[in-house]
Amino acid sequence: MGRDEFVFLLIGLKWTVALSVVAFICGCIAGLIVALARTSGITLLERITAGYIAVFQGTPLLMQLFVVYYGLALIGIRMDAWAAVSVGLTLHASAYLGEIWRGSIEAVPKGQTEAAKALALRYFSRMKDVVLPQAIRISLPATIGFLVQLIKGTSLASIVGFTELTRAGNIISNQIFQPITVFGIVGILYFLMCCPLTIYGAHLERKFAASTR
Amino acid sequence: MTQAAIQADASDAMITMTGVGKWYGAFQALHNVDITVAQGEKIVLCGPSGSGKSTLIRCINHLEAYQEGEIRVGGMLLGHQSKTIDAVRREVGMVFQQFNLFPHLTVLQNCMLAPVKALGLGKADAEERARQLLERVKISEQAEKYPAQLSGGQQQRVAIARALCMRPKVMLFDEPTSALDPEMVKEVLDTMIALAEEGMTMICVTHEMGFARQVADRVIFMASGAIVEEAPPAEFFSNPQHERTRKFLGEILGRH
Ligand SMILES: Nc1ncnc2c1ncn2[C@@H]1O[C@H](COP(=O)(O)OP(=O)(O)OP(=O)(O)O)[C@@H](O)[C@H]1O
Ligand SMILES: [Mg+2]
Repeated sequence: MGRDEFVFLLIGLKWTVALSVVAFICGCIAGLIVALARTSGITLLERITAGYIAVFQGTPLLMQLFVVYYGLALIGIRMDAWAAVSVGLTLHASAYLGEIWRGSIEAVPKGQTEAAKALALRYFSRMKDVVLPQAIRISLPATIGFLVQLIKGTSLASIVGFTELTRAGNIISNQIFQPITVFGIVGILYFLMCCPLTIYGAHLERKFAASTR
Repeated sequence: MTQAAIQADASDAMITMTGVGKWYGAFQALHNVDITVAQGEKIVLCGPSGSGKSTLIRCINHLEAYQEGEIRVGGMLLGHQSKTIDAVRREVGMVFQQFNLFPHLTVLQNCMLAPVKALGLGKADAEERARQLLERVKISEQAEKYPAQLSGGQQQRVAIARALCMRPKVMLFDEPTSALDPEMVKEVLDTMIALAEEGMTMICVTHEMGFARQVADRVIFMASGAIVEEAPPAEFFSNPQHERTRKFLGEILGRH
């Protein structure tokens, strides 16, 4: 495998990173909204978001990407592959992060909200200044765990024709007929992205366990 | 009650509860509660577990919604719209059994948060106010520490200072010493006594009968969600009128 092929893989890697970052950031924003709606105490909102989460947790990510990519085209919304997989992964991430954060918001003791209410703090400040800082800390290990899943999940974007790392590997492998070498390198690149995150997540989990002894 | 009587109440009473009823689903936790607390008055609320003491004081700052009757605080009718609820909460401080300090904020930040966010005070003013009140509860050296680094008694005194930073007209205490080790009870009671001497209007749920004798203007005894009896402490302890009160006092004084 020559230099050009390796550069081609690195370009794929760049798109994998870009897709992960976009899906994670947009997924965080949408996921926060989902988590807040899910814990709002407003029955209708809670039901709708519970359904939203159930749909995305109960179906394969690949199918979700297909629905966004082909389904939206069918109803006349044209998107290129990059936009479609970004939207698909963002929706997917928002449901998972929304559920992770719902759990952590509920894990913050009720007395915290009560004390904040008794101090005349409004909903916005109760969440921003009291509940979320504690909930985010609780959720960090699970959030990082999900980010790792998301990075690996971007490989499914290859199936709708988006050239990220996995598809770049596929293309090179078909050109030079060295699948073991090519996919070995692809695997190492994924591993180098995910493993430090996993270690960091485990570290945070230990730190958190120690501080709540 | 006539319109004139309501107006009169509103002018000299800090808190009036009139015919207050409260349900948790089908379970009625408060029955027709009438209480009037004058400005500067200290009330001790006692009664057996499950009698509705917490429910009652939590209705006063609308941590629990009530379904029947009316509650006025400082003349304001406590309705169910967030505007009136916030207005009442700015006037009413609360101290909880479990302290409920914000663990991710320092002692000083705990005290500054609400004055800045709910009263719109500037940071510098809020800090000055917080340091003054931490001084007053004798804990100013701990201002930069986190709650977990303090003892239970210190945490509860910070919780009192945090509530006082809102300059409330009324303070509610829900068993403020029940979660404390015995050797820390006194420092918290002393803080409350000092506050009482400065003229704060207070309602305290507590089984510290020594505190009731020393500080209370009136002791109110509740059972099964209703007020059974109320009297000045001397009378309440020496000559209780109702069988349930006698039984309760027998148990609680026997235990101490
Ligand atoms: N959130 C709730 N949902 C349903 N029932 C409740 C709730 N909170 C309290 N109750 C019930 O209301 C009654 C009064 O409870 P409350 O906590 O006010 O009693 P208390 O006098 O403060 O008791 P304690 O001395 O144990 O603190 C109890 O029977 C209790 O089971
Ligand atoms: Mg109680």
